[in-house]
Amino acid sequence: MGSYTWGWYVVSPWTEKGQGNIAFLLSGLGWTVSLALCAIAVSVLTGLAIALLGLSRHRTAVAANRIYVEALRAVPMLVMVLWVFYGLPVMIGLKLDVFAAGVLALALCDSAFEAEIFRAGIQSIDRGQHEAAETLGLGFTDKMRFIVLPQAIRRVLPPLGNQFVYMLKTSSLVSVIGLAELTRKANELVVTEYRPLEIYTFLILEYLVLILIVSWAVRRLERKMASFEQRAN
Amino acid sequence: MGERRSVGPAIIRLEKVEKWFGDFQVLRGVDLEVRSGERLVVCGPSGSGKSTLIRCVCRLERHQRGRIVIDGHELDDSAATLNAVRSEVGMVFQTFNLFPHLTVLDNLTLAPMRVRRMPPAEARSLAMELLERVRIPEQAHKYPGQLSGGQQQRVAIARSLAMRPKIMLFDEPTSALDPEMINEVLEVMESLAREGMTMICVTHEMGFARRVADTMVFMDAGEIVEQAPPREFFAQPKSERCRQFLNRILHH
Repeated sequence: MGSYTWGWYVVSPWTEKGQGNIAFLLSGLGWTVSLALCAIAVSVLTGLAIALLGLSRHRTAVAANRIYVEALRAVPMLVMVLWVFYGLPVMIGLKLDVFAAGVLALALCDSAFEAEIFRAGIQSIDRGQHEAAETLGLGFTDKMRFIVLPQAIRRVLPPLGNQFVYMLKTSSLVSVIGLAELTRKANELVVTEYRPLEIYTFLILEYLVLILIVSWAVRRLERKMASFEQRAN
Repeated sequence: MGERRSVGPAIIRLEKVEKWFGDFQVLRGVDLEVRSGERLVVCGPSGSGKSTLIRCVCRLERHQRGRIVIDGHELDDSAATLNAVRSEVGMVFQTFNLFPHLTVLDNLTLAPMRVRRMPPAEARSLAMELLERVRIPEQAHKYPGQLSGGQQQRVAIARSLAMRPKIMLFDEPTSALDPEMINEVLEVMESLAREGMTMICVTHEMGFARRVADTMVFMDAGEIVEQAPPREFFAQPKSERCRQFLNRILHH
């Protein structure tokens, strides 16, 4: 230990070579961000639908919810990425490009967790809210849309934010099928520069900055959406 | 006791209604008739089934035997009767159950707009009119959490009225309130009674009952034990159970 000689020149912002490398590493940012955003969007919508199935009065709907959640929660993300990209073309002839395959794989895995988060959030809403909405004549869809979900979503914002952070990080797994996102770019640079420690440290900092931005945004959103409760005091 | 008024034909009819929660029978063959414009006050010890009774009338609970007929619609599992009944019956809860994420105004306008397809401007003016009636128009843009309990319950009453129901049900509307706020809610209910609303009130406010009720109902152990006009009811209760109950709540 201690005998390693750092070579920060590879990512030095003061040399031309360093600047070139930094630009190369950062060029994966667009893919990482769009991958995580698309995947979380698909995942949240799917998860919400699956959660509503689980809260239904029909047994088959509830069973479908349980099977979906238990099955998808058990699949490791990396395996899902490989399976969607290499397996789907063989099984059903569906050949997705790397980005679409990445979005699908991440969303499938994550949606099982989103479904559980939404179910917990919806169930935490007081029965009286349902009863008031029902006696006013609101049907199931209106009751969910205007009364239950707006309150439930406020409550689950912190865990949803958590899932998004997790999604940003696990998007790195999509590098294995060749999407030129942050991790892939770092791997490529390591091969040409032989400076893995410096480059992976830089990669860690890239994710750190992204995730700090997300944390800040989620906190802001929470404050804004919780405002009716604060004004109550 | 309220002034004698003409009351119309039966608008609510219960025949031999029975209900169980698991093995426990909450309603043991309840027969009851409420005429249009009649004011009924239901009292009785806790667990006697009085809340369950009115919750069956607005179909928050399903009865297992007997019949409940509201304005010609017999309550069953069909969505059509459910909608017909829900639009005619308003319900006020002990715990208000206002929507905390909506302003007072939005609490009032949501159902008329979504269920009655009322244009927003019309819904707002109706809401303001009702808030005037419960005497809190100045709170229209606040959130429920910013109001006192009494104010919240008045908003809840206005919210039910916004659907223009023919029947109003009150489930212990003042039980969750601080004593100094009870009267402001009772006054609103009394003015509603004066306007001829058909009402069933589950309450222990016996002063209110004497002033407003056409009919007093005493329930115990899932049965209607006694039913009489208030003068008779308070002066000479026929059953021992009712006498004991009145003694307890009038002299505490």
